[in-house]
Amino acid sequence: MKVNEYEKKEYRNIWTISEILGGEVLPVSFELLGIARELAAKRACEVWTVVLGSGLGGAAESLISYGADRVILVEDPRLGAFNDELECHILERLTAKYRPEIMLGAATNRGRALIPRLAGKIGAGLTADCTALAIDPETGELLQTRPAFGGNIMATIRSVEYRPQMATVRPKVMRAPVPDLNRTGEIIREETVPEDAAGIKEILRVVERKESSVNLSEAKIIVAGGRAMGGPAGFQLLEDFAKRIGGAVGASRAAVDNGWIGYPHQVGQTGATVQADVYIACGISGQIQHLIGMQSCKTIIAIDVDDTTPMMKLADIAVKGDLFEIIPSVINELDERVRA
Amino acid sequence: MKIVVCVKQVPATTDAKIDPETKRIIREGTKAVLNPFDLYALEEAIRIRELVGGEVIALSMGPESAKNVLTEALSMGADRAFLLCGREFAGSDTWATSYALAKAIEIVGGVDLILCGKQAIDGDTAQVGPGIAAKLNIMQAANVMQVDEIENGTLTVRRMNERGYDVVRLQTPALITVVKDINVPRIPTLRRAREARRIEIPIWTYKDIGADPDKIGLAASPTRVVRTEPPAIRNTDTLTISGAPAEAAKLLVGEMLARGLL
Repeated sequence: MKVNEYEKKEYRNIWTISEILGGEVLPVSFELLGIARELAAKRACEVWTVVLGSGLGGAAESLISYGADRVILVEDPRLGAFNDELECHILERLTAKYRPEIMLGAATNRGRALIPRLAGKIGAGLTADCTALAIDPETGELLQTRPAFGGNIMATIRSVEYRPQMATVRPKVMRAPVPDLNRTGEIIREETVPEDAAGIKEILRVVERKESSVNLSEAKIIVAGGRAMGGPAGFQLLEDFAKRIGGAVGASRAAVDNGWIGYPHQVGQTGATVQADVYIACGISGQIQHLIGMQSCKTIIAIDVDDTTPMMKLADIAVKGDLFEIIPSVINELDERVRA
Repeated sequence: MKIVVCVKQVPATTDAKIDPETKRIIREGTKAVLNPFDLYALEEAIRIRELVGGEVIALSMGPESAKNVLTEALSMGADRAFLLCGREFAGSDTWATSYALAKAIEIVGGVDLILCGKQAIDGDTAQVGPGIAAKLNIMQAANVMQVDEIENGTLTVRRMNERGYDVVRLQTPALITVVKDINVPRIPTLRRAREARRIEIPIWTYKDIGADPDKIGLAASPTRVVRTEPPAIRNTDTLTISGAPAEAAKLLVGEMLARGLL
């Protein structure tokens, strides 16, 4: 909502919107609390978090130990799966009631659908996919830095005349605090939306993929393959490699379009944008459209027979050789080190 | 079914190269193209029309040159196209853009379904789709990978998430944003492309769509860009490892352990 200087003072505290899946708090929720605490320390205000879900168990206590001063809990069996309209209704009401100065969500599939809907409804400024946040201790003004143009420009954005100031934050960029089990906080239970409320969609089914290797946004390590993988068998090798080092499997568009691996694995302009700690590119030449999706990874390792490709030049570590020989040797080497 | 597809003209990335100093992508020239995700939205809209009948209307907001991407939409098979254009719209952020597009959709009238690409490749925000749904107060589903069923008044879709997908049923009118997996866009036929070039694309000003001038453009945008800068420079030293596979593997694992990567 657009506010004047007087109205601004009615907006207080920093909120995070926690992400829960099957009663389990997702790591990005703790990362949000980490950055919220840093900002709150400068602004001398409280950190609140909102949990929408079903069967929330010890979620609230866990969020308090990670830095929440107050947890707003809304339980409803319909919140077991992500429901845009229902969650937006609830958040609209909570925002009007408590007036947070800042609201942070996760830049996950859920957050990137829910938070813009909420911003549209309440008329607030929203910055997507932030990688850095700073606050003016006096005015509470939030400086929101985000990559644009596929990570080629860092833009810093503010929303001076509107409250709350809203941002989604990329997973794996902010640091989660060390949990303190002695920390205390207040749990506030709030009502959900009536069963017969209009305009709420029906969730028919939730399907989880069996392979754990698909969750690119939460993986610390991504092993990705391109055209040189040659077929589905090549990706099986990457699957084994990823499993060995606890990573997820990514792919170039060429590999996906050839049907060697599913679209959820695609990294790049028309796939996922990832920010893993380590990205191991296997036989990926590094077309611009692919680099856009992964150039913000902390360490890039490339394996290729051709050391003149853009990916091999971009890499922090470039391994020149046949990946079908190198990867099994790496797995072997890891096994030997474990034995030793 | 009356379907609106929102499309955007974006700078092309195909000509870009890597800056040897910063190891970041540099964008040469300003060739403009249709946002890649919007192709999938257009294709899906046309497929739905082919299945249940109706009309596909392409809608964009941008400079007059954005007519080019609307012509491309027409050549794929959209029936009509409109462009929101005028200096009053300039500088709109995602909130103001959502407002303007929603107003235009109201003017089109009787729209059952709105399709958008997952996001535009320049801003990468993915905010305008949900923003339009919010303004129109209609149901939404983002990252749709498959349309399962279209019935009178409802639409059942699969939307992708980090761990799999959900099957959700929306009441129409509804808005969906689509990912690449949903289809393979058709190549326009020469004949249709020729026809498309002859279709007039009306330009709508803020007055034509009944937009409140205090809700569009830079002045009405809740967010403001205060500065832009290049991203942090990547470590520019590449450590190259070569040699026999077992030897290279040993060096690589050693290096990864030394850097704390494993």
